[in-house]
This record gives sequence, C-alpha cells and structure tokens, in this order.
Amino acid sequence: MTPALRVVAPGLLTTVQDAGRPHAMASGVPPGGAMDRFAYQAGNLLVGNDRGAAALECTLRGPRLVALRACLVAITGADLEPRVSGRPVPMWSVFALEEGDELAFGARRLGARAYVAVDGGIAADRWLGSVSTNLMVGRGGMQGRALIAGDVISTGEQKTRTIPGRGLAEAMRPAYADRTLHAVAGPHTSRDSLFDATFQVSPDSNRMGYRLDGRRLEASGDEVLSFGLVAGAVQLPSGGRPILLMADHQTAGGYPVIAVVASASMPVAAQLAPGDEVRFVETTVEKALAMRAAQRSALDSLTS
Amino acid sequence: MPPQRSGVRVRVHPLGDTALLAELGTRLDTALNTRAIALAAALQRRRDVRRAVAGHGTVTVQFDPDQITLDALAVAIARLARKRPPVDEPGRLHRIPVVYDGPDLDAVATARGLSPRQVIDLHTRPIYRVFLVGFVPGWAYMGPIADELVLPRRSVPRTHVPAGSVAIAGQETGIYPLASPGGWHLIGRTSVKLFLPDSDPPSLFRAGDRVKFFPSPE
Repeated sequence: MTPALRVVAPGLLTTVQDAGRPHAMASGVPPGGAMDRFAYQAGNLLVGNDRGAAALECTLRGPRLVALRACLVAITGADLEPRVSGRPVPMWSVFALEEGDELAFGARRLGARAYVAVDGGIAADRWLGSVSTNLMVGRGGMQGRALIAGDVISTGEQKTRTIPGRGLAEAMRPAYADRTLHAVAGPHTSRDSLFDATFQVSPDSNRMGYRLDGRRLEASGDEVLSFGLVAGAVQLPSGGRPILLMADHQTAGGYPVIAVVASASMPVAAQLAPGDEVRFVETTVEKALAMRAAQRSALDSLTS
Repeated sequence: MPPQRSGVRVRVHPLGDTALLAELGTRLDTALNTRAIALAAALQRRRDVRRAVAGHGTVTVQFDPDQITLDALAVAIARLARKRPPVDEPGRLHRIPVVYDGPDLDAVATARGLSPRQVIDLHTRPIYRVFLVGFVPGWAYMGPIADELVLPRRSVPRTHVPAGSVAIAGQETGIYPLASPGGWHLIGRTSVKLFLPDSDPPSLFRAGDRVKFFPSPE
C-alpha cells in the first residue's frame, strides 16, 4: 500500500466504492458499490486496473486532492469540471499527476457522480468482501464514512502499464443528458402507467433510492409479501409516489414493483441529481440485453 | 405406483434484463417458505446464477445473461421446483424482551377495536417463524401474527424509524435493527442487537429461526 492522494477538501459527498458486496444480501446488507457501474469500470480500465478495483465516487461537488506520488488518474461519469493545478483536464481520459499536483473540481456541468480512478486501485477498509463505503452502517471504505479533509488515500500496486492520453470516445459513453430510462414491466401492476408521465427526482433521494415527484400513480392496492429486490426496481407504495431503487437499496420489500430499469440505463439513472426530470420508456428484455451488449463492448474496447 | 409429484407450479417474471422473480405462492405459508429457501440454495449452486435470495414464497435470481437466457433458466427452475420438498428442521429459538410503548400502539389498538393491553397480549402469545432476513441489515420478517392485529402498511412510509423499534404490518412482525425509513406500525422497542456487523453472516436471525417476544418494563 502506497499513499497516493491527500484530501484538502472533501467535496459534498465523496466515498470509496467498488463492485459491492452482493453475496451479503441474504443478511439484509445492501449490495452497495459504485452507482454508475459503466463510468466506474471505464475509469479503472483506463488507468490499467481490474474493472472491479476501488475508486472514488464524488457527488455533485468534487473534492480537492493533492498527489503524494506520481500517479495516473482517469475521471469518468459526471462532468464536475476537473482541473489539475488550475488547468482543465479532459474527462474519460488518462492523465498523469506529479507529486504535489492538485486535482480539483469546479461547477457541475452534467450528471451527479464523478469517478476518480487511480492506477493501482484505492486500498481501504474491507467489510464482507468489499471496500465499498456503506454510510448507513458505517462500514467499508474510509472507516465507513465519506472522505474528510486530511484523509490520506492509499493505492495498491499498479498492474498494467497504461499510457496518458488514452480515452473513451464520446459516442461510446452513456447518453447522460437524455434522462430517459428504459425499463421492463415489473411483476406487479398499477392502474396508472409509469410510462406515461415525467417525474422529478425528489430532494430526499440518495444512494439507497430516488423518490419520484410528479403525478401520483394509482396503485393496484395489492399488498405483496416481501421478496428480494434488485437495483433498478421501481416500487409503488400505496401513496402513489414511485421509488427507484439504487445501489444501496433495501434487499427486500413488500411494495409492488411495477417496472425494473434496464441494466444499461442504470448509469443514466446514477447521474440524476435531485430536481432533475426523468421519464421511463418501456422496453423488452431482448432490447435491454442489446443495450447491455453495446455497453459491454465499449468497456471491452478499453481492455485491448 | 406413479412417481410422487409433490412440487409446486412456479411463475417466473422478469426483473429487468439480468434478474427474475420465481413465485411459488403468494400466501404466508411455512411450507412454501421452506420450499423457497431450498430452491434458492439449489439455484445458488449454479454457475450461471450470480445470486438467489429467498423471499416468503419467492426466489429472486440474479443471473448472467451471457451464460443463460431467462427462458432457459425458467425451465431449470420449474424442474427444480418439482423435486420433493426438504424436511423442515425446527430453527433456533430466540426470546426477545420488548418495552411496549411504541408511537403507533394506541392507533393500532383503536384501528382494530382493542385495548393496548390486548395488542400486547396478542403480540406476545405466538412463537413466530423467521421467513426471511432482508430489507435492511439484520431485519427479519416474522409471523404469522394474530388475525386481530392485521393492518395494512402505512400509506406513506416514515423517513426515520429508530433502531430497536418493534413493528407490525400485514400478517407479520419485525424489529428495526438500525435507524432507517420504514412503513410498519411501531408498537414497542427492544435492546437486543439484531445486526452484528463484526460477524459473518452479520445477522442474529436466520431464515427458519423461531422467535418469542415477552413484555419487559424497561
């Protein structure tokens, strides 16, 4: 383990995340992990890490970090206007930090969550097989909490050589600005369709899930016995205000699930901020799998 | 003699493109729950299954769509569900002290035409089964509760429920292991810790365990 970055200012909510701890769901522990798996994996692959290495997830307002060693960094996901020692750096590209360089962020231009991947991957507290930070129980990552000023972020050994300047073309990235989520009809029904309306992400939304404001949907009135849930599920409580489950979602629940967002639309969902408008478009399992395959080949293009 | 067919019919619903819900039944039923737990265990052993988590009478399966299609997995699930159900071993028994002073105790009593005392008596009488552990870390869905206590969930969930709250909803009871959002009726509280973050698995209760509540002054 090598110290790599010192936190000068933590930003609004910056946490260590990896691919999560899905096997712990049988104990009710949320799977967790990076909200935008595409951006997170792309960042890791760009700097030569395994796609499941730990990275920083920076929410809405990015941190200020000082390099403690020369390192290779990629910033993916939300465009929070990254700069190195005052000069803008491109998103979705590898760049080098020299010892003493400061990585900082400016205004939020697109999306909600930026990922900072560092060569070697971030080393942090492991809990139930993952270093993802679970804020609800205060475990994993940086002592189970968001970063604070003064934290020192260490990394593991660099595995693969990568070249500064390598990047992922814009056409291969998710269409974050579109704010349209493709979703497959769920196992339960509602009297009003989720697919006819536009919603707004409510202020009481977080990594567990988004409450969606807008037209109330008339629920079927069915009570369902609780069952295992997945990220992307859209629950409809009897009050009629849908909830979209995200990475730190409850593992089981009894509200009807009226739709499940396609895995390839979850990166777009992860980039929604409170106040953003969002709409759902119905799709089929087959079309959702085709979207998933396209994203996969975009990521695979970074491994060659 | 014809082969014994003691299995149940399974309905399979897609949950997006990488998961499915296999539904063995929609009633609160110990035998169905035993089958669901066995089916989840059998599915978890498959290479094309990433995760299989049993619900009350369901199994939620996350699978690898590069290895198997939803339809092919549905066929495999139907075959597994036709197998003879396992013998249900009695689970471990936990005795849980409860201070019955929850913010919804009076409202529950009024809604069901009972006194708070009767609610407490009805809640402490049965030995409950743990159907599944889920929702939040360490939460266990237990039941069935007395018919006289059955109420729908709150229409608008609370955004904050304190840790240790003992609650009821539908035919079930549970204990909030952590402060969290929640839509159940709060009738009491306990000091017993259900979430054990330094253990693996990190939950006091496991699916199939038995639980008896008793009133405690404080």
